[in-house]
Amino acid sequence: MRVGFLHSLIRPEEKLLIRELRRRSGVELVFLDDRRLVFDLRTPPAVDVILERSINHSRAMHALRLFESMGTRCVNRYEVSRKCGDKILTAVALEEFGVPQPETRVAFTEGSTLEAIEELDYPVVLKPAVGSWGRLLSRINDRQAAETVLEHKAILGSYHHSIFFAQKYVEKGGRDIRSFVVGDECIAAVYRTSDHWITNTARGATTSNCPVTAELAELSLRAAEAVGGGVLAVDLFETPEGLLVNEVNYTMEFRNSIGVTGVDIPERIVSYLLSAGR
Amino acid sequence: MTNCPVCGGAVEISDDPVEGELLECPECGSELEILGLDPIALGEAPTAEEDWGE
Repeated sequence: MRVGFLHSLIRPEEKLLIRELRRRSGVELVFLDDRRLVFDLRTPPAVDVILERSINHSRAMHALRLFESMGTRCVNRYEVSRKCGDKILTAVALEEFGVPQPETRVAFTEGSTLEAIEELDYPVVLKPAVGSWGRLLSRINDRQAAETVLEHKAILGSYHHSIFFAQKYVEKGGRDIRSFVVGDECIAAVYRTSDHWITNTARGATTSNCPVTAELAELSLRAAEAVGGGVLAVDLFETPEGLLVNEVNYTMEFRNSIGVTGVDIPERIVSYLLSAGR
Repeated sequence: MTNCPVCGGAVEISDDPVEGELLECPECGSELEILGLDPIALGEAPTAEEDWGE
């Protein structure tokens, strides 16, 4: 089987996946560096399946659309990248599937967003619709901070920073949960713990094993289904009322989660990929 | 082993390097990218863009 590996920079996750693919018999690895690709809209790549691992969301999403339009099976699918890459579209998908998430407001002007924030009540988190690794998240504790952040985003940001995505801040006790879904199974989960309110490992959070309870597995699978399924990382908050889904990631990072869970995540991803390519 | 293009320090390369692979110079902390394999060529990795992530 010829496996296309869509990438730009090779992070530790990509390296682990490449090593796993090279271990498999009958697999020919074809590197598709998004910095060198040119599409003519008609000629599909000579591969049986593509594993998407681009670091740029916009390139990944458009490349997936182009590959799929030419009949190439991709993991993950374009629709999944579109929904997961935009927090507003993720929130809509979760809502449509009845997946619990933090109280959310979307608004398009500073004035309407300020009203929405006041109605949610402080603290509130403002997030860019497109972004990762905890970048440009704002925890807003009072009206003065809200006015300042909204003005800065509207004046200093590009146009999409004026599409405001606000959520009620969830007190999560210094940690959140990341679960890993591959196909129809929740294969592992970790706690991500930090003294900072942002608990991304890219921001220094540490990981430890989180038991995959029936509740966690069921909710993770439902969140994955909501965005279209595949290979996904679901970020969740623990609250007294139960788990809330915060985000779903479609080009998931897992370098800090293999050792603590004991689950060979790249092996599971590659097995899923190869079965999808058959 | 090759040299960091920023500080000249020694950077260890794995047995199975890949073009595009990210490395960190242990001496100056610069983030580096493998630009070529034969011979190994290193350059500074591009700066993170707004839509980078997972």
